Amino acid sequence: MSVTNKHVDFFRRKDRLLNGGGNKASEKQMALGKLSARDRITALLDLNSFYEFDLFVEHRCRDFDMDKRVLPGDGVITGTGSIMGYPVCIYAQDFTVAGGSLGLMHARKITKIMDHAIKMGMPIIGINDSGGARIQEGVDSLAGYGEIFYRNTLASGIVPQISVILGPCAGGAVYSPALTDFVFVVDKISKMFITGPEVIKTVLGEEISMEDLGGARVHSEISGNAHFYARNELECFHMIKQLFTFIPWNNRRKAERYPVKTPKAKFDIERIVPMDSRKPYDVRNVICALCDNSEFLDVHAHWAANIVVGFARIDGETVGIVANQPMVLAGVLDVDSSDKAARFIRFCDAFGIPLITFVDLPGYLPGVDQEHAGVIRHGAKLLYAFSEATVPKITIILRKAYGGGYIAMCSRHLGADFVVAWPTAEIAVMGPEGAANIIFKNEIAGAPDPAGMRRQKVAEYTEKFANPYVAAASGHIDAVISPAATRDFLIHAIQVSANKSEVRPYRKHGIPPF
Amino acid sequence: MQTPETTRELVIGGVTYETRYTKKFERRTPYVAPDPHHVRCVIPGVILTVAVRRGLRVRSGDPLLALEAMKMQNEVVSPCDGTVRALRVSPGDAVTKGQILVELE
Repeated sequence: MSVTNKHVDFFRRKDRLLNGGGNKASEKQMALGKLSARDRITALLDLNSFYEFDLFVEHRCRDFDMDKRVLPGDGVITGTGSIMGYPVCIYAQDFTVAGGSLGLMHARKITKIMDHAIKMGMPIIGINDSGGARIQEGVDSLAGYGEIFYRNTLASGIVPQISVILGPCAGGAVYSPALTDFVFVVDKISKMFITGPEVIKTVLGEEISMEDLGGARVHSEISGNAHFYARNELECFHMIKQLFTFIPWNNRRKAERYPVKTPKAKFDIERIVPMDSRKPYDVRNVICALCDNSEFLDVHAHWAANIVVGFARIDGETVGIVANQPMVLAGVLDVDSSDKAARFIRFCDAFGIPLITFVDLPGYLPGVDQEHAGVIRHGAKLLYAFSEATVPKITIILRKAYGGGYIAMCSRHLGADFVVAWPTAEIAVMGPEGAANIIFKNEIAGAPDPAGMRRQKVAEYTEKFANPYVAAASGHIDAVISPAATRDFLIHAIQVSANKSEVRPYRKHGIPPF
Repeated sequence: MQTPETTRELVIGGVTYETRYTKKFERRTPYVAPDPHHVRCVIPGVILTVAVRRGLRVRSGDPLLALEAMKMQNEVVSPCDGTVRALRVSPGDAVTKGQILVELE
């Protein structure tokens, strides 16, 4: 064979493989409103930045006439590239090839690129679009899943891991995304569940659509399995790029610094928080009034909305924000919000991102459902995560900080480096109503006018204790600062924390209340 | 700037807060104490056989019925001594979690 013929042969082989599952399968994929695996990679990565690994890999299954079937790339495209200059490892399952089913070689392509990501300190992005295990390959396919989960766990806290669910992701396959840091879902396209509607119908007689069982909305609003919800694939890719501006490449690097931009004038820090602590407001406006360019990336925006977590920048540096949201359920802590915040805090701590906590909460949500759902265990995750974190921790008490909620929201007692309060703060063992009822129980009961006496005692308690000065007198908070001075304070705190080092005794790992 | 839409009331520590509810909060159901005389299904499945009939005296631990669930035949036993007041299922019935199978007295 001449050199020219070898080149012709090479291009012929390559073209055949690049065509994936062929035109018919591609048309089906398009009809579902889905991009092809290759187009997804092109849309997400920088222009011409993708270098493919393992295009020529072939499956080895010999049973059930599988030896006669050619599966281009074994149903998955893997490689390296960049997103806005950030190096990334990526894989995209190709649904047009045997339904994107996962066989051993398919899995080995994924684990190879994951190993590469861990070694090179690059984030890994997995685009999931697969019917599940390749049944013909039997237990080999299970081995493949297990090897992926193992690497997800090893990579955790070393490189950021991002899962994008752009099709079905069912059965065991869901556990890879569940082990990663951020899961993106797209309306009407993403489907995630352990057991599908058919099995549920057979076993339980319950009828439910795929969308209602494990669609994008379900996972972003109810289960909390998804962190970001997009209306279509392109919006989803835009959100991934936005996330990439905030996070570092790996745990040994700092997140990229961006040029400092002041907050937008429409967010007036003096006028967001109402004086009356029973009145709601959107805490995201406080965040936007303080952070660079008023740019805030809300993580888990639709789930457990009574706490807000996400990324912003102060003085050009990425910070992680945790804030009670008085607009939803009065900003209480509960099972889901504790879980949500704890996970986010651990991500920030693993990747060296300073934490800023905004406090305004009446306490924990009362209720049988909460107690039986284990609010003790889940609430403890928040205490654990804040205490464990050694990144700079800055806490700003906006209004209410009562009881256990005060302690849990990154108080000085959990190792915060800076704790300041606004003049509107109320830092106390409990709300004035509850406290007056207990402390002055006898006076109230014995008074000729108990209701009047209660009002008087509540007013006395409020006057004396519903302020930041009692806590300041004990040094539990460092300072009382005005809203207008808060951005300058945050910039200062971030700057002076640049060399924070906190060394703890050696341990293999802690045992958080999972 | 966003302003709160329709707000609801939430009482915590004797204070009434104006706020919005989450879907999950809206959907929660009031707690009902379980009746110890109701034998409930703990796992969805299909009733295979019924070992008791109405009016029969049973002792704690006596088998009441067999339930096939998750490819396993499970024996449902009486939680206490008593008499079978009502049988709510028959062989072949598909049952769901929480469903009352047998009432004792």
